[in-house]
Amino acid sequence: MLRVSLPKVGTYEAWRNHARAFLASETPPEDILWHRGAGGGDLFAATVPTPRAAPQTTVPRDFVALARLAVHHSDPERFARLYALLWALGTRPRLTDDRGDPRVAHLNRLAKEVGRDRHKMHAFVRFRDMGSQTDRRRFAAWFEPSHPILEIGAPFFAKRFGDMDWSIFTPDMTAHFVAGTLTFTDPAPRPDLPDDAAEDLWRTYFRSIFNPARLKPKAMQAEMPKKYWRNMPEAGLIPELIATAESRAREMAEATPTLAPARAEKVAARVAQSQEALTASQDRFHAALDACTRCPLHANATQAVPGEGPTDAPLMFVGEQPGDREDLTGRPFTGPAGQLFDRALASAGIDRTTAYVTNAVKHFKFTPRGKRRLHQAPNREEIAHCRWWLDLERERVRPDLTVALGATALESLTGDRRALLERRGRIEETTDGAPLLVTIHPSYILRLPDPVHKAEEEARFIEDLRAARAHLPT
Amino acid sequence: MARLTLDQKLAILSDAAKYDASCASSGGQKRDSRDGKGIGSVTGSGICHAYAPDGRCISLLKILMTNFCIYDCAYCVNRVSSNVQRARFTPEEVVTLTLEFYRRNYIEGLFLSSGIIRTPDDTMADMVRIARMLREDHGFRGYIHLKTIPDASPDLLDEAGRYADRLSINVELPTDASVKSYAPEKSPARIRRAMADVRLRKEAAGDKTHTGRRAPKFAPAGQSTQMIVGADGASDTTILQSSTRLYASYGLKRVYYSAFSPIPDSSAALPLISPPLVREHRLYQADWLMRFYGFDVGEITGARPDGNLDLTMDPKLAWALANRHLFPVDINRADRETLLRVPGIGTRTVGRILKTRRHRTLRYEDLMRMGANLKNAHPFLTALDWRPRNLDAADLKARFAPPPEQLSLF
Repeated sequence: MLRVSLPKVGTYEAWRNHARAFLASETPPEDILWHRGAGGGDLFAATVPTPRAAPQTTVPRDFVALARLAVHHSDPERFARLYALLWALGTRPRLTDDRGDPRVAHLNRLAKEVGRDRHKMHAFVRFRDMGSQTDRRRFAAWFEPSHPILEIGAPFFAKRFGDMDWSIFTPDMTAHFVAGTLTFTDPAPRPDLPDDAAEDLWRTYFRSIFNPARLKPKAMQAEMPKKYWRNMPEAGLIPELIATAESRAREMAEATPTLAPARAEKVAARVAQSQEALTASQDRFHAALDACTRCPLHANATQAVPGEGPTDAPLMFVGEQPGDREDLTGRPFTGPAGQLFDRALASAGIDRTTAYVTNAVKHFKFTPRGKRRLHQAPNREEIAHCRWWLDLERERVRPDLTVALGATALESLTGDRRALLERRGRIEETTDGAPLLVTIHPSYILRLPDPVHKAEEEARFIEDLRAARAHLPT
Repeated sequence: MARLTLDQKLAILSDAAKYDASCASSGGQKRDSRDGKGIGSVTGSGICHAYAPDGRCISLLKILMTNFCIYDCAYCVNRVSSNVQRARFTPEEVVTLTLEFYRRNYIEGLFLSSGIIRTPDDTMADMVRIARMLREDHGFRGYIHLKTIPDASPDLLDEAGRYADRLSINVELPTDASVKSYAPEKSPARIRRAMADVRLRKEAAGDKTHTGRRAPKFAPAGQSTQMIVGADGASDTTILQSSTRLYASYGLKRVYYSAFSPIPDSSAALPLISPPLVREHRLYQADWLMRFYGFDVGEITGARPDGNLDLTMDPKLAWALANRHLFPVDINRADRETLLRVPGIGTRTVGRILKTRRHRTLRYEDLMRMGANLKNAHPFLTALDWRPRNLDAADLKARFAPPPEQLSLF
């Protein structure tokens, strides 16, 4: 029988070095007695000295992560179980993938318990101010974890409290962080830490943030087990808070509504006034469009997207509807199709700021799919309802030429969306007799999979835009 | 009025803040103060430093800057027409409280909200100033969550996003109509626009500039919102449709559902019932099913004529019971999407099943070790040594329903 004593600090590395050496010497698990810290063990076993350099072995990454945590469990069998699993990996290298295997499942349970205990340590350590003579403030805490986890629990505090010195005392070891250096020393008896006035404020906070109308003590205890309570300053309040919760909630429910304080009316009048001023400062067309509920599309969209451009623009472009991007920015043609449109306009020699750009439908129609919104084409009623707004815009702008981008715009302007590709490039008339140039919507080009076809279509689109420009009276 | 002490202010202004459900400190950009030049760290996953007897996590110092407010929202304890005691922190007081609590490991950071005083811009400017003092004057690297005021100017929002890990704006109620009736001064349209603006700014910060340099981070932990449940008559279907839309439209990290709870000095306009906590819980479960299990609203609430979730069992189990023709699922052959739909089996267990399945065929007892909740799962699956017998039993649903509750003597 071989006896291995592992140190309290560097436990994992020591276990790993021994385990490597044992694997190299083909020592079976049942021949080894593992032990952490001084003392204990078997009188008849031979103590194994720390191996110098043992050959490395390859293990799955999962195993390393598992072992790093599991060595800090309080279960005396943990080292032996880990070595037994390591031994078994020799014949079944993917054994750690098998979450149904009892050995793997057991060690995973240990690792999970250690991980949880460490997490609770990060959460429930409560420092007290120790006063300081230097510019680094000094704090200390007493904490009782369920497992010997200080070595893996302390680095979190070193990262978090980089500009202060602190000590965490536990029954198993003590950690000190002084001037940026973390050290571990032997356990000290529970220190008598000075009172800290901040604890009163913290208790006030704990008492006030609790909502007595939603008492759920079991949910609290599941996450904050009683074993941690004695080292938490706020925990002393819990019994009283629970005992008085019901009556406090009842009092709130039974209290008769009070009269509003005198200033409420004055404040309300002032708020109403400033909101009116805000509405009055808005363009009337925009304000009315913003409030539009003529069709159901307004309910899901962020905002109505009005047209953009000078009201004396000679050219008016009418697209389909705002897309995801336009819905967020509140401006037409700002998404991917808008970028293509801008490029094409530039190639055709048209300055976008001199044209009026708008859509046949003013709200974005979509179906939500996870984190995205999938574009949906507006139907006939939606187009018809929104025509009212488009007509207002056309009346305001009275362009020399309107350009219908795609079938929806064509339908809105002429009442007939059929045969778009045959009609493109032609000059038609809107239902009220104004000249209209027909072309495709730039998103049609974006959807084409074939790059050659895409380039051709983009060139044709630019041609149409040039034709529009040429049609303008000079 | 006598001057309030810091302790009294803290009591008033944390009491006023507790109706905000969010206390998450997750998703922030990882950073620490190992260089000794500042204080604080963000680990990415968030830590709950304490739990109150209401079962809620206390992760952040959640306070209002002031509970004076010019708005009159019926559901809110701080509405202008309420007679609660009012208080106001100075920015220095908020900074000191945050840092002193943080140094003692009580909190992960600050969640700062506020009543609207004077104008939205004034209020937001003060909140941004507190965040700036923490970050720039004190080298604070912990978590900051700022509640943004919908009508504040874009410059302030931009600055807020540079100091805060998370921004949030509450939509308050599931439908525009209820917002209009209970919060007359708030505009659902402006709230939506503010959320859109946060998403745009966050996306812009993610893009590289033309020089290849990254723009400064904007709210790395994203944005969230909250809806009050049970104050208006909205059904669970309406609520879930609303959150589906919010998740898709504004890239929200979370939608919080807050059971409407009695408040001190409440308004006569709202029912004072005990908060519908079970309903709130079922909504969170449904929310999870939509985000991580591939369900959509129609499937979750489809089987219920009133559009509300079944309060007696979790929505996945309720869905499976209503769709028994899709079961049992062969645990050794089904794909990930199908496995995710088996009650009692979560995303982690599914991962373990898929991993182990590559090497061998699974038995019933393997599932036990993999963390499946077999009490719920057993009628809906088959394994190498397991065939359910009672899937078509008429009383299967009754077996899952909770035992009848004995009426308490009064």
